Amino acid sequence: MQTISQKQKSIHIVTPNSFLAWIGKFLLILIALFALFVLAKNLIAKPTLFAQNVLDGLKLGFVYALIALGYTMVYGIVKLINFAHGDVFMVGAFVSFFAVEFLGLHVWPIAVFPDINPLLANVLGTITIILLSMVICVLLAITIERVAYKPLRDAPRIAALITAIGVSFFLEYFGLLEFVFSARFIPYKRPFEEMTWYIKDGIHQVEAGVTTPPGSITFSNIFVVIVIATVLAQLFLQYLVRRTKIGIAMRATSFDKPTARLMGINVDQVISFTFGIGAAFAALGGVLFAIAYPSIKTLMGVYPGLKAFVAAVLGGIGSIPGAFVGALIMGQAEILTSAYVSTPMRDAIAFSILIIVLLIRPTGIFGEPEKEKA
Amino acid sequence: MDITTLLISFVKIVAVVAYFYGLFWVMGIKGKKIQLGKKEFDISILVNIFGVFIGFLLIQLALTPFGSFSILTNFDRGLLFQACSMVMVALGLNLIYGFNGQFSLGQYGFYGIGAYTAADITYRWVNGDSRGLIVVGIGTILGAVVIMLIRKFLTNLRRMPVLSSFTLYLIGSVLAGVVAVFAGKLIAPAINPFLGSALQPGLLNQQVPMYFVFFLAVIFAGIFAAEVSFLFGLPVLSLGSDYFGIATLGFTIVVYTLMVNSDTILPFPEMKGGRGMIGIPKLTTWFWAFLFMMLVIITMRNIIRSSTGRSIMSVREDEIAARSMGIDVAETKLMSFVIGSLFAGIGGGVYAHYIGFLSPGAFDFLVGFNPLIIIVFGGLGSMTGTITASFGWIFFLEGTLREILGKISTEAPSWRYVLYPLTLLLLMLVRPQGLLGSVEWGYLKSKVIPLRKSKNTDEVKSA
Repeated sequence: MQTISQKQKSIHIVTPNSFLAWIGKFLLILIALFALFVLAKNLIAKPTLFAQNVLDGLKLGFVYALIALGYTMVYGIVKLINFAHGDVFMVGAFVSFFAVEFLGLHVWPIAVFPDINPLLANVLGTITIILLSMVICVLLAITIERVAYKPLRDAPRIAALITAIGVSFFLEYFGLLEFVFSARFIPYKRPFEEMTWYIKDGIHQVEAGVTTPPGSITFSNIFVVIVIATVLAQLFLQYLVRRTKIGIAMRATSFDKPTARLMGINVDQVISFTFGIGAAFAALGGVLFAIAYPSIKTLMGVYPGLKAFVAAVLGGIGSIPGAFVGALIMGQAEILTSAYVSTPMRDAIAFSILIIVLLIRPTGIFGEPEKEKA
Repeated sequence: MDITTLLISFVKIVAVVAYFYGLFWVMGIKGKKIQLGKKEFDISILVNIFGVFIGFLLIQLALTPFGSFSILTNFDRGLLFQACSMVMVALGLNLIYGFNGQFSLGQYGFYGIGAYTAADITYRWVNGDSRGLIVVGIGTILGAVVIMLIRKFLTNLRRMPVLSSFTLYLIGSVLAGVVAVFAGKLIAPAINPFLGSALQPGLLNQQVPMYFVFFLAVIFAGIFAAEVSFLFGLPVLSLGSDYFGIATLGFTIVVYTLMVNSDTILPFPEMKGGRGMIGIPKLTTWFWAFLFMMLVIITMRNIIRSSTGRSIMSVREDEIAARSMGIDVAETKLMSFVIGSLFAGIGGGVYAHYIGFLSPGAFDFLVGFNPLIIIVFGGLGSMTGTITASFGWIFFLEGTLREILGKISTEAPSWRYVLYPLTLLLLMLVRPQGLLGSVEWGYLKSKVIPLRKSKNTDEVKSA
């Protein structure tokens, strides 16, 4: 966090009285005003549709938030863009797919306790699936860290980055092999049934085969699950980082590695732990993503991973609330862009937002300004 | 497994690499003197030129079929041209990252811009529309003029904020583009009878000028990519190393998205968006690939050996020290970024005309890591390493591994992308500084030995 842009401050000097200095700002303000105008126009014209889009954007943003946590923590500690993180996310989704499709693990509560409450059975089953994905992804991530990244801790940073790209390519192309995951889209079987409600004069459940009345906002239990899981994950992580011993060790390692080592912190263990936590959240994100958009494939992790990374950068990389806020912005940007501007250009616009935000605040929204270190 | 296939493909890789080492050795010969009467003449320059000519002829002979046999097959010819364009792209990136220390992931974006620009010009030309060449030519030249003129004006106004100067350049370039389109529409009917097109040859247009059009198209494509990189790099280069990398990654994705939507969002129906552009004339021969590659290599080597090159390298080593020595750091960064993109654009032009087909998938950000991997493989800050790694990488991955795995079963060639990251991991574990480190050979050897710290400067600071 501290090292990124200590350089090149001299060309950021702004002379406020210069007329030309206003031209650049004027252009940016114009773009922002135009975007606001488009949004406001649509909000006034069809408020419920707008609210529906915002809700969809939240759903996507919450999943991005789960992936972004792993990026932001790993970058905060080892200054490594962990390109393999998006593929860990993919592995999480596939583990849950195998657990549901072939092992049928999500029905164990009914099999063991036949007269259990169906809601409780669903919750227990889903949690089992998620836990299984998490365990496998954590093992995978720690293996990757131990095998690929740890030997390079003292090498130039580019070597670690190339290794990360290599690990990512390995997971992708190994998964693309016919007998592993193959290159096809695979329909995903959810561990619980989808239930949708609509809001119009109170909350009603949507019956099968009945169309919802116009001007209503629909949401499903999947949305509720995603929101609850993400908020719990955020709170847990805040607690972990702020209150526990390992959290203090993580922050110390992130701040100054050699000193942390002198203080008796096992830096290698802390780094492995960070990779593990990140992978656990990525697995959770992968399962939820697959449940929300039930069609999975081997390269599904590439673009969500990249966007989650962008979200982490937007929020200020290294900052946990920043990753959350950045992910919400990315989700909204993607859905609102495809709804109101242009569907095929949504990636381009998301990344243009990234570039513009970086130009205005080079360390992201929540990122601390650079401090000079002796 | 067939042992002869293995042997032949191994010999091919060694031969290609040895060829370049020989070429650079001949080009680097100095102090050859000849006694004529009483005077001594320095003929080393003649030896060098002769060496390049022989180097060209060697591959040309190997490519020429004798009856049904040729040393380099049609398949190898494809690999050769691919490797030539990869050399240009990777050398450009090496100038940006290896020599100047700016971590860029946007090289494939500029590569794609160059490829599509050059392809569009020649495609329009063979379909009887010479306006593509005229408009792009006027546009790039006007853009360059605008940049030069405003630059002089802006350097007088010191302390100009980056975003404002960016806006000025942007407005200037857009105006240049508009002027170019109008001028092209005006001029085209007047000069079309002279230029003609491939369908209706004009006065100036006989068999040879098609290659002239190709040459111009590639050069204009390079300049266009360089101008785009100037506009993009001006504000973005002020970000620090990692954030600059992320922003350039964003640029690659923006360019990719624009390519996918080139027929709907951009007004270029002939590019056919995500389906890929077909019908590009296949004009790349060994002569052109060799010519452009040699141009890029010689230009880059001369830049590196000049005082400009030393200031570029000094920015990599320590920006603060460089600034205190009177080097304009921002200017130097921008210059290396623009020149690197120029090389990428030229490489794109050569690539586009060898296969006759362009699809946006070839410029996705996942393949965009390739030049980065190549320069790290060969050694950051080593031109010899980059050239060796480009040829070795293409011939090994696309040639040898595919052939060997193809012998095992039809399924097996997809395994090569599983083996390749494993090789990458192994190399990084064994030799993190790349195959050659910063060693140079023959002609590419610099008078001043470039020093490079064993560790990344960022790492040292944070430790």
